[in-house]
Amino acid sequence: MMGFQVVLLWSDLLIWLLVAVGIGVGVFIARNPPLLAAWRRVGASRVGMAAATVLLVFVVVGLLDSLHYRRQLDGKPGQKASYAVEVLSLLDAIAAPLRSRNEKTYSEPFATRLYAKETVDVPGRGQVREYPRLKFGGAHLGEREGEVAADVGFTAFRAAVIGVLAWLAVVAAAIGAVAWQGGVSHGEAGRRIWAGETRFAWNAVLATLAAVFLVVVPLLWLAGGYHVFGTDKVGQDVLYQVLKSVRTGLIIGLVTTLVTLPLAVLLGIVAGYFRGWVDDLIQYLYTVLNSIPGVLLIAAAVLMMQVVIDTHPQWFSTAAERADLRLLALCFILGITSWTGLCRLLRGETLKLRELEYIQAAQAFGVSSWRIIVRHILPNLMHIVIIALVMDFSGLVLAEAVLSYVGIGVDPTMVSFGTMINNARMELGREPAVWWSLAAAFAAMFILVLAANLFADAVRDAFDPRAA
Amino acid sequence: MSDPLLSVRDLRLGFTAGRRAKTLLAVDGISFSVGSGETFALLGESGCGKSATAQGIMRLLPGAGRITGGSVRLAGEELLNLAEADMRRIRGARMAMIFQEPATSLNPVLTVGQQIGEVLSRHRGLAGPEAAAAMAGLLKQVGIADPERRLNEYPFQLSGGMKQRVMIAIALAGEPELLIADEPTTALDVTVQAQILDLLAGVQAARGMGLLLITHDLGVVARMANRIGVMYAGELVEVASREAFFTAPQHPYTRALFSALPEVSRRGHPLLTIPGQVPSLEAMPAGCRFADRCGQVMAVCREHSPPWREIAGGHAVRCHWQAADDGEANGSPGKRAELQSPDRHLLEVADLKVHFSIRRGILQRTVGYVKAVDGVSLALTPGRTLALVGESGCGKTTVGKAILQLIAPTGGSVRLGATELVGMKPRRLRAVRRHMQMVFQDPFASLNPRLRVGEIIAEGMAALRVGSTADHGPAVAALLAQVGLPAEAADRFPHEFSGGQRQRIAVARALAVQPELLICDEPTSALDVSVQAQILNLLKTLQEALGVAYLFITHNFAVVEYLAHDVAVMYLGRIVERGSAEEVLGNPRHPYTRALLSAVPVPRLEGRPEAIKLPGETPSPAKPPAGCHFHPRCIHASEACRRDYPAGTRVSETHTVVCHLYP
Repeated sequence: MMGFQVVLLWSDLLIWLLVAVGIGVGVFIARNPPLLAAWRRVGASRVGMAAATVLLVFVVVGLLDSLHYRRQLDGKPGQKASYAVEVLSLLDAIAAPLRSRNEKTYSEPFATRLYAKETVDVPGRGQVREYPRLKFGGAHLGEREGEVAADVGFTAFRAAVIGVLAWLAVVAAAIGAVAWQGGVSHGEAGRRIWAGETRFAWNAVLATLAAVFLVVVPLLWLAGGYHVFGTDKVGQDVLYQVLKSVRTGLIIGLVTTLVTLPLAVLLGIVAGYFRGWVDDLIQYLYTVLNSIPGVLLIAAAVLMMQVVIDTHPQWFSTAAERADLRLLALCFILGITSWTGLCRLLRGETLKLRELEYIQAAQAFGVSSWRIIVRHILPNLMHIVIIALVMDFSGLVLAEAVLSYVGIGVDPTMVSFGTMINNARMELGREPAVWWSLAAAFAAMFILVLAANLFADAVRDAFDPRAA
Repeated sequence: MSDPLLSVRDLRLGFTAGRRAKTLLAVDGISFSVGSGETFALLGESGCGKSATAQGIMRLLPGAGRITGGSVRLAGEELLNLAEADMRRIRGARMAMIFQEPATSLNPVLTVGQQIGEVLSRHRGLAGPEAAAAMAGLLKQVGIADPERRLNEYPFQLSGGMKQRVMIAIALAGEPELLIADEPTTALDVTVQAQILDLLAGVQAARGMGLLLITHDLGVVARMANRIGVMYAGELVEVASREAFFTAPQHPYTRALFSALPEVSRRGHPLLTIPGQVPSLEAMPAGCRFADRCGQVMAVCREHSPPWREIAGGHAVRCHWQAADDGEANGSPGKRAELQSPDRHLLEVADLKVHFSIRRGILQRTVGYVKAVDGVSLALTPGRTLALVGESGCGKTTVGKAILQLIAPTGGSVRLGATELVGMKPRRLRAVRRHMQMVFQDPFASLNPRLRVGEIIAEGMAALRVGSTADHGPAVAALLAQVGLPAEAADRFPHEFSGGQRQRIAVARALAVQPELLICDEPTSALDVSVQAQILNLLKTLQEALGVAYLFITHNFAVVEYLAHDVAVMYLGRIVERGSAEEVLGNPRHPYTRALLSAVPVPRLEGRPEAIKLPGETPSPAKPPAGCHFHPRCIHASEACRRDYPAGTRVSETHTVVCHLYP
């Protein structure tokens, strides 16, 4: 039995705090009928629920990657336990084969040989330049290298069948849930799901799950024997990098919003409600901030932060901690520079709301300003906040990619979509080009951002007061 | 006999709703016809399908709208199966439409000339100088002075009435045979409404057009219509000629509409109200749609939809009930439960001024003032109602808010009881707020949609610390009972209530802190006639029971006649005449009051004996005319009027008028 030590990174703390807050908000919504009704409308939107399913897959990957630990090193009994320098996550443990089976350098998806020629000693023929065989990719095939296509096809088919079986189990569970909830027979429940007559868009969720199962199960299955997305310059599996990037993207999207939200909401409402010099001050503030090119401001802040981190190595016991703090600092910097848009939006809306008669009625009762803001204005701005939150999320995931590309993004040791793209960009120039790193990063980012945007659309439609 | 100009037969149209694409019928089988030179009025409350009918005839239904059956013939030509391209040839050229809101029906970035020219080139092929001449002619026809200059102006340079005139000119540009006017004067002031109605009648007579007039206002119907169709919940329930309609209305709904109107003859009596509200499209009753609200309901009404029944030539009604010929049992003008007015004034406003500064330039320097309220003096005794009357923009709402100190007055004094409110510290002001409250105009904007009704009503009690928190629950229930709502309402959200019910909630909220003064800012102007009657009755019974004084801000003279003890008439930030209701309404002295009173269309066969037509519109309060503010529109204006603002003259103990005619 190997011992381990739980490592709680700051970002892990934030993520699990967010999960707790999310559950709390869920309970609050369940007790608040108009909010519940609005979220039911989200639940009834097919596109929204399909997007939410995809998002959920990403979130699960991100959460698995947010439980960190250090392995205990083998030591003599009776000695004080010492732990490995490397900080691993639950995802690393699950994807251990992907993490550990590194090749020498680039290899194409499903390749059995490297992408670069090497000089090797072949017994009997002396030194030969050829594409050496991969250590792990397709190793189970042995000499039958020509049978890759057949093997992949057959394995994928078997995995797909298992995927379908797993999906059928989920379908059965869904039918059971609908039947129990609606108090109808299982046949009737199945028909309702099929015809889309359930209040929750079960058919969209199940269809998306079918697609997810059909893609993910064969992919993971094949990943055991091949590098399905190829390997990068140092021979690391690209699929593993994609999985690790998800957490980075999610943190940047979520934590940054946590920084922007209080600033934007507080300043926006205060400016709109109190008017006068407060409004002038806040407007000047965000106009000044807006007039500085965003990337330059971020670059300056990141470089300063880097100096601070580099001069205080004693703060961090592991490299992971350093990279983590740098990530959080980046989120903070991004947040400080990107609250202006939402703030302006909320200020305008507050200007409109404060003239409404129910606010004036409250003023006529002598209700204090802060109470009016909390009771009357904030709840009526929540739909904008929710929409902006989800919209900003996708924007920030993209922003991280751009910043890492410019070289002011996350720590180089941390895998993110941005670093993947950045590392791959030089190789596009070689002939034949190395395209898979870029393609995998783009595809994953595209799916994540598209799902977030579609979900935001569904949320916006559901919270639109005109539609309600 | 040749075909009538417009003939609608059994028209059905609806709106698709929900994922299953179920069509909810908004108009369910209506038939009528409009002849050349005739005005047919479609009358009904909001949500009855009047506007949907007009849109259906023009085939301009919104995306979710579907015409599901029937026929619409224009001079014999069937419109419903025309191709869209052919329909465009007919729209604008053979039938045209005027909309309710002149402010939004003109494109703000095009000049008036460009917008009229569009129709001219499309339907009459006119361009260049020919078109310019035609445009000038059209503008002259709709009574716009200096048409050549106006053609190059943008809509924002025109006043509301002027915009509606331009809309009419655009509608006339294609020389249509049929004009559809959808509530053409609802957004306008009474004096401007009178001008526009005259214009429409004149244009119609000159061109021999058919006019389909859609309105909810019985006064407008009496002024304009030849024949009337009453719509209720998507069906026509009565069709009659003007004479028959006003002398012998047959359908219980029509009768109820008449008796719900507040009038001077009904003072002291509660108004007859129609209980409930128009059924929603999803829950149409199977039998007669009016059955649930009808006083004459019989068993057969709930099972069978009544057939058409011809009463006399051209007068038909859809009702099972046969009206007995008892005429209208409308008692003599009522004795009034006159409250003895104590000498003590509850509210005294003296020389109240609210000026808003106009700032320009980089440094935001004040370059002038909008004198929204410029020296208003009022007095109100406990338990009485003072009506503050005026057209939009005269500053009457600002007076109400300045009294409540929601807007800081620039000058003057507001005394509530013995306390001077102007310049009071906010902390002390809170204690005074218990004694005065406000009911707002729009019941849809005055309740926070995210709070429960109980929380809304209890808010004032909590903020002003009336009673302990434990008492609030029973207090809310008592208040709800007082305004005629069930106690369960406290746990529901505002959007579950209709406009009238919401206004009741707003009244309950104001009464929660037991004020002695209630400022009602047009509390019924957003409501239908039948619901308006419910609210007026409620306000009246509350006054009798609680002795609350009302400052009633309104533009509706019928409401004033019914409710007010005293009246003050405002024009451009100043009061021009005040006195008791009998004095001001029965014997108006100021030319403006007289014109206002005569411009109100009366829902009776015989109109006002003489109608004083006011030219022009209310000037901007930023640049009031020199001398008497009213002189540019006054027919009696003299040299003195142009020079000096008149001083007040006492006509009687209580009646004061501000005019040079009464030295």
